[in-house]
Amino acid sequence: MRMELIQPFINAADAVFAESLQAPTKIVDLTMDENIYRRKGVAALITIKGDIEGRVILDLAPEVAMRVAGHLAGSPMPESEQVVRETVCELANMVIGNSVTLLNDQGFRFKVFPPEIHMSEEGLGGNAETEAMVLCIETPCGQVYLNIAMHYLHRRRREQAAVPALD
Amino acid sequence: MQQFAALLRKDQQPVRYLVVDDSVFARKNLIKMIELFGGEVAGEAGDGLTAIAEYNRSKPDIVLMDITMPQMEGIEAVERIVRQHGDARIVMVSSVGYQENILAALQKGAKHFVQKPVKPEVLYEILRYVLGDDPNAAAVPVALAGEHQI
Repeated sequence: MRMELIQPFINAADAVFAESLQAPTKIVDLTMDENIYRRKGVAALITIKGDIEGRVILDLAPEVAMRVAGHLAGSPMPESEQVVRETVCELANMVIGNSVTLLNDQGFRFKVFPPEIHMSEEGLGGNAETEAMVLCIETPCGQVYLNIAMHYLHRRRREQAAVPALD
Repeated sequence: MQQFAALLRKDQQPVRYLVVDDSVFARKNLIKMIELFGGEVAGEAGDGLTAIAEYNRSKPDIVLMDITMPQMEGIEAVERIVRQHGDARIVMVSSVGYQENILAALQKGAKHFVQKPVKPEVLYEILRYVLGDDPNAAAVPVALAGEHQI
């Protein structure tokens, strides 16, 4: 796990929620996870491919999404699955957008795929080899989870190249 | 609690904005700020194609344009609008703020760029700057828009 690849996402998530909600946020839990991710609410999965690769999952309960939407819109939004999806998507875009801006300006070249929204019970993004950092951010609207798994592509290529030599 | 002096056109009418974003609540968030600045919403659109039609219909003073949208992305919509209306004033509003994106938007004719989440004070200064270049708009704020909480 390379912290220099993870840190921009953590900073961006913290800043996006604090700025959007105009209130302080707090990271209340930080764990490493090697299992397939099981979502807690509505999850947006964003895949990154290029010099650096991996995926980021933003996960929040529908009622938290509705509260965030209402706050941003300036008045309560009519409750619907569409608003929940849009909100999770938009928040994921903001978090990813802010973090990839930093990584891109550092010279990494990569493609960010549009968020995929997951509402089903199946596991998300990865396999037993996926080492991810999972953090819980406490916001005035409720808890938001971020699951980040990132690595350098050239490191992975080196690792793959090393396998035949071991045979 | 933030106060902003109203940004008005030279004819003292409110500046009219076209708000383009595929997210309803993102549009509402921008509209909330526009009202805070004493502006008026000329139209809304959820994709680039609709934005072009809405521009032709409403002839806004300013367009606030998202980049990533279904059907037609914001940068292509900017290119098409500017091709038809050389004096269009378009401010890109996007989550992704890296240099290539900004350059692409500016090359197609956008006047400025603001990254989401949008801070009202940042958007306000950008609008002042962009309107300062507009012969129909006042270069400086001319009245208080009143107290609003955002």
